[in-house]
Amino acid sequence: MPELRYIVGQVIAFTLFAIGLGYFSNSPTYTHHDPEMALIKLSFSHASQHKEECRRLSPEEIAALAPNMRRPMDCPRERVPVLVEMTMDGNTLLRKSYAPTGLAHDGAASAYEKIPVTPGQHKLTVRLRDSNRDEGFDYEDGININLVPLQQFVIDFRNSSFQFY
Amino acid sequence: MKKLLRAGFEHIEDGFDVLFGPKWNPFYQLGALGWFYYWIVIISGIYLYIFFDTGITEAYQSLDYLTYEQWYAGGIMRSLHRYASDALVIMMMIHLLREFAMDRFRSSRWFAWFTGVPMLWFVFSAGITGYWMVWDTLAQYIAIATTEWLDTLPLFGEAIARNFLSDTTLSGRFFTLMVFLHIALPLFLLFIMWIHIQRHASPRVNPPLELAAGTFIMLLVLSIAKPALSNAPADLATVPAVVGLDWFYMSIYPLLDYVPGLTVWILLVTATALLLLVPWLPPGQRNPVAVVNLDNCNGCSRCATDCPFSAITMEPRSDGSAYEHEAVVDASHCTSCGICAGACPTATPFRRRSDLSPGIELPDQPIKELREKTITASARLIGNDRVIVYGCQNSLNPEEMAGTGAGVVTMPCIGMLPPSFIDFVLSKKLADGVFLTGCRAGDCYFRLGIKWTDARIAGERDPRLRQRVGRERIGNFWAGLTRRKDFFRELAAFRMRLKNLASSQPEKQPPPAASENDREITHA
Repeated sequence: MPELRYIVGQVIAFTLFAIGLGYFSNSPTYTHHDPEMALIKLSFSHASQHKEECRRLSPEEIAALAPNMRRPMDCPRERVPVLVEMTMDGNTLLRKSYAPTGLAHDGAASAYEKIPVTPGQHKLTVRLRDSNRDEGFDYEDGININLVPLQQFVIDFRNSSFQFY
Repeated sequence: MKKLLRAGFEHIEDGFDVLFGPKWNPFYQLGALGWFYYWIVIISGIYLYIFFDTGITEAYQSLDYLTYEQWYAGGIMRSLHRYASDALVIMMMIHLLREFAMDRFRSSRWFAWFTGVPMLWFVFSAGITGYWMVWDTLAQYIAIATTEWLDTLPLFGEAIARNFLSDTTLSGRFFTLMVFLHIALPLFLLFIMWIHIQRHASPRVNPPLELAAGTFIMLLVLSIAKPALSNAPADLATVPAVVGLDWFYMSIYPLLDYVPGLTVWILLVTATALLLLVPWLPPGQRNPVAVVNLDNCNGCSRCATDCPFSAITMEPRSDGSAYEHEAVVDASHCTSCGICAGACPTATPFRRRSDLSPGIELPDQPIKELREKTITASARLIGNDRVIVYGCQNSLNPEEMAGTGAGVVTMPCIGMLPPSFIDFVLSKKLADGVFLTGCRAGDCYFRLGIKWTDARIAGERDPRLRQRVGRERIGNFWAGLTRRKDFFRELAAFRMRLKNLASSQPEKQPPPAASENDREITHA
């Protein structure tokens, strides 16, 4: 028969342990986003245009290639970076260039940005450049939104157009 | 730092010894408690899985059903699942820290340490995938924070956090993946847990029944008093700004808001690598391992049975002897504890006709030397309360013990002491009593030394202490490092008992030291 003091000891120790276990299993709370703010997420995965145009190979160049690798065209795989600009009520929220993925820089450029903003009525404009051009953008879209606190507003770019949800 | 940590642990454990008693002290059962919590998690998890639906809304609904409509079974199982998982993390972390503090990871013991470290990743990953499956606001936070964190690794072409942009793009297949991971990770964990204890003979995987009952009742009461509940359903159109984290599993997440994710990965991987390398940073001193003297080994296998680290195997005889087997020491497993020498029936100090060379012993601390030390230590003892103290080298300082006027003989582990030495001391009147000390009861540095010693003296395990030896002249106190005062008090009380014995009993001649312990082992 176990000694009574050990049973009492277990009760005391396990009660304290249970209190700690129960408390820290979901407390204290953690605030990782200001509850007064909304959040805009800009995210896309987009394959931009190739950096260089395809070029027809000369017969000499084709002949210089291994027989099993001969092809009429040379198409460099590398893509241009994707440039994105986002403005809210005329103020720039984001202007950033996204490099293509992959060792040969031939994959899609991937973006994932989180921007906390004040709630309220806003005009959002997004522009995207995915070509070799030096000026301007290839795509542009805008939306008037009324953001509420804690709202998550997502801007995606799929099938050559901006998606808002 | 380690000494401080060890002393800190021992002071806390003193308190728990008072509350629980040494047999139930949870600090001596951390690994076993970890196993116990693991099985609670598994059993409750199997029950939850029966009712769990994989789907964006179905997952949440099925858990709500369990929590509210089936609160008496499913709800309690869910809470047990959570709290046992949390308790598992606590046990695991304390176990890790304690093994470090007690220096139980060096030399041949690297294996258990090394295989224990990957468990941290499996336990945390399994826990996080579990929270993810609920698909409430906490799961939403965890899913987004985890995938964003994974995206900081240069592994994924497209950001996987994009899967959680909106409810319209979220795929139900993702829950199937989570269920798979949440089952596969604990199974891998079990496999590693099994490997973790491979080098331990008689591994402690079950806590004492009373302790198991106490901890289970604690979890049950907590489950009823504060059941695990879901938060509001996940809604990807809203940011879950304030979350009640399970801090046992999610302490790392707030860090991700302040430190770049890649830096956190580098920190974690570096910390893991350092933990893995701890046994070799710096490498511990390797003492000579046990050696077998085939001339005196009769293949009785007691050393193999008693070795706490499965370092001895019995192999077919290689010397042409008539005995069937011989003991073979695996040097990579041997921790040089000497428990094998304590188990060897030929390690008897009564041997006179031949040199005292047992079948197995530590080359740097031979049994012959133990006998010489015993005789030397007894030579200066006077009075009718003369005591020989046999102690281990992982507890109290021998010089301090010698300051009490006792003759002190130490060895790597008290389990190295053949019981015939007690008989030898008392029957040869080298002392009036024998006092044994070492690590704390239930927490032998070499795992089983105290347990085997107690059993040998009680006559429950070979080699047994002979019946003729008066047990009233044998005392013990398992002191560890910190119980100095208690040790001296117990030793003084023991000596007082010896004095009383001397005054109450007429002096008797001890029976002749004959029979089994005196017999030489002869070989064909």
